[in-house]
Amino acid sequence: MTRWILGTVAATALLTGTAFAKTDVTIGLQLEPPHLDPTSAAAGAIDQVLYSNVFEGLMRFAADGSVVNGLAKDWSISEDGKTYTFTLHSDVKFHDGTDLEASDVVFSLDRARAEDSVNAQKALFDNIETVEAEDNLTVKVTLTAPQGNFLFNMAWGDAVIVAPESIDDIKVKPVGTGAFMFNDWKQGDSITLVRNQGYWGDAPKLEEATFKFISEPTAAFAAMMAEDVDAFYSYPAPENLAQFEADPRFTVLAGNTEGETILAMNNKQAPFDNILVRQAVSHAIDRQSVIDGAMFGYGTPIGSHFAPHNPAYVDLTGNSEFNPEKAKALLAEAGLANGFKTTLKLPPPSYARRGGEIIAAQLRAVGIETEISNLEWAQWLEQAFRGKDFGLTIVSHTEPMDIGIYARPDYYFQYDNPKLQKLVADLDVEVDATKRTDMLQSAQMIISADYVNGYLFQLALTSVVNAKLQGLWPDAPTQAIDLTGVSWSE
Amino acid sequence: MISLIVASLVIFACIEVIPGDPASFMLGINAQPDTVAALREELGLNASLSVRYLSWVTGMLSGDFGTSYTYRTPVAEIIAERLWLSLPLALIALGLTVFIAFPIGILAATKRGSWTDMSVMGATQLGIAVPNFWFAMLMVLLFAINLRWFSAGGFPGWDNPFAALKALTLPSIALALPQASILARVMRSALLDTLSEDYIRTCRAKGLTRRQALWRHALRNAMIPVLTIIGLQFSFLLAGAIIIENVFYLPGLGRLVFQAISQRDLIMVESVVFLLVFAVIIVNFAVDLAYAWVDPRLRARV
Repeated sequence: MTRWILGTVAATALLTGTAFAKTDVTIGLQLEPPHLDPTSAAAGAIDQVLYSNVFEGLMRFAADGSVVNGLAKDWSISEDGKTYTFTLHSDVKFHDGTDLEASDVVFSLDRARAEDSVNAQKALFDNIETVEAEDNLTVKVTLTAPQGNFLFNMAWGDAVIVAPESIDDIKVKPVGTGAFMFNDWKQGDSITLVRNQGYWGDAPKLEEATFKFISEPTAAFAAMMAEDVDAFYSYPAPENLAQFEADPRFTVLAGNTEGETILAMNNKQAPFDNILVRQAVSHAIDRQSVIDGAMFGYGTPIGSHFAPHNPAYVDLTGNSEFNPEKAKALLAEAGLANGFKTTLKLPPPSYARRGGEIIAAQLRAVGIETEISNLEWAQWLEQAFRGKDFGLTIVSHTEPMDIGIYARPDYYFQYDNPKLQKLVADLDVEVDATKRTDMLQSAQMIISADYVNGYLFQLALTSVVNAKLQGLWPDAPTQAIDLTGVSWSE
Repeated sequence: MISLIVASLVIFACIEVIPGDPASFMLGINAQPDTVAALREELGLNASLSVRYLSWVTGMLSGDFGTSYTYRTPVAEIIAERLWLSLPLALIALGLTVFIAFPIGILAATKRGSWTDMSVMGATQLGIAVPNFWFAMLMVLLFAINLRWFSAGGFPGWDNPFAALKALTLPSIALALPQASILARVMRSALLDTLSEDYIRTCRAKGLTRRQALWRHALRNAMIPVLTIIGLQFSFLLAGAIIIENVFYLPGLGRLVFQAISQRDLIMVESVVFLLVFAVIIVNFAVDLAYAWVDPRLRARV
């Protein structure tokens, strides 16, 4: 900031007549990455800082969520759908100066699927049988069975390509192939990236980018208003957004995320093992008032576990329209005319804490008393997620295309339906796009008809951005802040 | 020494019983159970409690605090880096506290009952009552958002000492305000107590003015309770700045502990808390030395 002011002053003083083009950006983030290895933690903050900026995979997500070629220049699939052959770009260098070779890809994928792998999304690599380097720039991946999602999986941040030479220090000194190089990490304060001069693709416009970690919503507001940061990604206090919208210095970007926010029900715990009760809960919830009350109007209602911006989305909100009378009737039918008591366990995010209060009131109106407990994430993971000790909980599932979790009977909401399990298994091996769409739609309908969980809304991504900064992704097809296309206007 | 051993046991026992597993926290809700098990193994979480306690304590004896579960860098390095912020911040805030509290405390005591005294008492009451984070936010609103004299927060590091001091200005004022109010009141009442002692009357009888008696005899005797409070305040400022650190998003010790607790980075929490216990013991020792300096009678006992 100081340097920028000095620079501006200098430029004005010299009266050069040319507009001073800013080439650095400071972006505020609420959470700091615990370390800098995207292939061994679930923390979204790691991908937000590094995905596509420092690390690249064979494939990558584009701004609209589509999957495009990354380090792979080209790829082909064998007739039986089991062998993928990737040709790598030839002029790619890691930031430490070493060349990207097929052996690096073999190393990265083998490391992710190894027995002692600590990859948070190890399931992405489950289907891989072998990874071989055909020559210096060609990699052959053989799958145990055809897999429709394989290229999509290879675009995830957990599947980026790393080099064996730099793997030991990756957590503090990440070395990738991306358009930006890691420069400095002031722990607790900021991470700085600088432009990679030898980048193989289109050179980015920015020379330097700083991610500043500001956890307090009030501090985030102050930092934005004082213009200490140029953008605040996923701004934590939706109540201030109207004020930013009214201020000509800023724009508010409202986009989609992959976060299906659900009121999860413990399908194996009475009375939620009864579909009538689950249906009653679904009808008792007024989604729009949850969105308005907890998210200040940002969010799209959903009726199943699927993102509305996905082409295969079916609007099933009608299955569980807000109807307290029907909810009461269903409860009576289930033999619970006098209602019942259950627990509602809420993790820290505001969608859960604020949404929880509203939902508790709505459930009370139909006779369901909830005992709310506010938990930290670690407690939530221990009690609700691993211990399955909950009646109801609210959580946003932020991984893209994660309907497959409904095929895991031991998953925390404990939904066990062989029909859906078969469908998801078939979907895994289906490569035909039209058939995949059909199957995804049937899957949405099955879980909606079974009222597995209460489906609330698709989490919106609201970022506050300096009005002159352009090129930030409005949506979050994955947890990424891709800076390669970001620049200052004028 | 014994207090340190007891402290290490208590800290370890208290922190290890917190529910929540660092490995599952890190891997999130899509991770497979075998991955979590692999990470637990990698972090050494599968060893028994006594083994982990012993390796922690013996490591600390040789200056090795272990490796943070989340950051995966040595705990000692991270703490050292945070101390570079927390220690100067605490010192500046304490300096400000003393700088404000001494003159107004003495002033109020010398003019007991006057309107000066009343307004000092009123102002310090207000200083204690106003929550410091609220005062901090008001300062941010005025000096950062409206006047643009300061950044709203953050810490640029000591490479540029001027910028670093500037970044610590608002936080140290916010921290110092309630502390100075407390200290000024302590100063005032301690002075009033000593001023009513017999030896002060003797001094006056020997012909010293009230002012001379205060500066030569009463002040020094009033220092004992004041030093005690300063010692307590320093320990508090070192670790208790969490809220102010959050308001100004400063990377200090308080925020480190706060983050480490929510991430279940147990070894980090244990080490920082232990370090703070150590710091409190050192500060108490320094305060004892200072007692001896102001009161020669205590020197014989030390």
